[in-house]
Amino acid sequence: MRILRAILGHGSGRIGGIIVGVYLMVAILGLVGLTPHNPITQYRVDRLHAPSAAYWMGTDLFGRDVASRLMAGIGQSFTVAFFSVAFAALAGTVLGLAAAWLGRRWDGAVMRIMDVLLAFPAILLALLIVTVAGPGTWTSVVAIGIVYTPIFTRVVRGPALSLKAREFVDAARTFGSSSSYIVTRHLLLNLVAPLTVQVTLALAWALLTEAGLSFLGLGTQPPAASLGLMLSDSRNLMETAPWLMIFPGLTIMISILGFNLLGDALRDILDPKMRRAPA
Amino acid sequence: MNYLMRRLAAFPLVLLGVSILVFVAIRMVPGDSITAMLGTEAGLLTPAQRDSLAAYFGIDQPWFVQYWRWIGGILHGNFGISVTYGRPVLDVILERFPLTLELALLSMIIALAVGMPAGIYAATHNEKPSDLGVRIVAMIGQSTPSFVLGLLIIYTLSAGFGVLPAMGEFAPLRQDPLRNLSQLVLPAITLGFAFAASVTRISRSAMLDVLSDDYVRTARSKGAPARSVIWRHALPNALIPVVTLSGIEFGYLLGGAVIVEHIYALPGLGRMVLDAILQRDYALVQGSVLFIAFNFMIVNLLVDLAYVALDPRIRLGEQ
Repeated sequence: MRILRAILGHGSGRIGGIIVGVYLMVAILGLVGLTPHNPITQYRVDRLHAPSAAYWMGTDLFGRDVASRLMAGIGQSFTVAFFSVAFAALAGTVLGLAAAWLGRRWDGAVMRIMDVLLAFPAILLALLIVTVAGPGTWTSVVAIGIVYTPIFTRVVRGPALSLKAREFVDAARTFGSSSSYIVTRHLLLNLVAPLTVQVTLALAWALLTEAGLSFLGLGTQPPAASLGLMLSDSRNLMETAPWLMIFPGLTIMISILGFNLLGDALRDILDPKMRRAPA
Repeated sequence: MNYLMRRLAAFPLVLLGVSILVFVAIRMVPGDSITAMLGTEAGLLTPAQRDSLAAYFGIDQPWFVQYWRWIGGILHGNFGISVTYGRPVLDVILERFPLTLELALLSMIIALAVGMPAGIYAATHNEKPSDLGVRIVAMIGQSTPSFVLGLLIIYTLSAGFGVLPAMGEFAPLRQDPLRNLSQLVLPAITLGFAFAASVTRISRSAMLDVLSDDYVRTARSKGAPARSVIWRHALPNALIPVVTLSGIEFGYLLGGAVIVEHIYALPGLGRMVLDAILQRDYALVQGSVLFIAFNFMIVNLLVDLAYVALDPRIRLGEQ
């Protein structure tokens, strides 16, 4: 509650929060199918119809309603973004905590594996994983999740190492607390703030990567709607039907903007060191 | 020096990891390179023909033999033969690399030329309307995916001015510099826009940080002119985060900009790797991923060394 109030009291937090909130509602509507039209129904007589009262954002080459497809696409993109970031955050936190707490060989092994993943260009790694497993929603989730795991591992390991050296951890040990208790109670709880910031920013990247993969035809497969695919399909029609490009483009951009604004605000609120120079 | 040695010693280990990962991953892609190369005609091959093709590309051996041969070849400068191009992998990579390098450099120049002045301007006008304006533009820039911006640029040019970006046969810089630049300027702007936005944000916050430091206050109270305080005292220290960000971003761009190359139909490294993955061109995927990872690590190392040059107080490896 306190965080929510702080976000609403923060200039960019308020805008970011509202954007993300609206998108979440649209995503849910898109996922449960509460769209103005069926996103895959083809209204052949109304092909390439400009935006109108019946079709708010026009129709595409097959006469499908763009607004409904956008809503379904937002649902799709957000599903991939949330699950992939949850995957990365969970895997990264476990690995980062294990590396920091177990130290020595574990630390070395985990961090070298992360170095290998980081040396891979993100989009290429995602492409490779998608080609191996075949394109689809859940493949995108795993691919994007694996790509962002090293970032979370680093975000967790650094602070966890310095927390491990603090007096209160020594004190907990002296009192006979178990390792698992110290790691979850003392380390993890103190990492909630940096993790929250990282999760919000990672959601923006995940949306971007998902859109990029489907733009290349390696994400969500047709006829299901996806923002990247809609944008890619619009390329040959941009002069006759610019709405096919403009609406999906703006939709992707504003969603990323929302998470970036929210992430910045959370960093200002949760990380006192950054307060001096809000960017 | 010690630090440099340790970093260099880690190189082979990380590259070994990358090589194993890419080797295993590309072999897990369903289908093989002969079918991918010949398409439906692969079905017309007699078993003997298929076997001899597999033997020619060395994919008839068990995986560990293939891996061993591949690594052994690399140590002798032989990255193998690309199935799709029928030529040595290294030749194909080095043919594509100049474009990728040029595009990365152009984007970085745009990003620094626009982003740094904008960031410094915003920092010196902190909390004024102009600062707010710069921050809003930078935030929007950072949130605009390259493919959205690329399509918007193409659309604006074609719908508004009736011109199309110079596509067609790509002209290398040495052969036709003017045509080359005209082909790369829009892709570079597309990539440089978000990059410039990040540079703006980081130079602004680094500058703000430095401007509130004691030594800057001292310089000001001694009566040093505002311009000299910014350029002589504050800027060198504010540069460190800018160098880090630009270096890392540059390292990523050297891996090829798959999507921008795709939109502008440029024959760069990114598109080549994408096609190679889709074609199951094992040797080309493996070779180019290793090449990209190596470049990325070198750039990161150079960034670390640049810290020391910019701030002699930093002793690397002592954290």
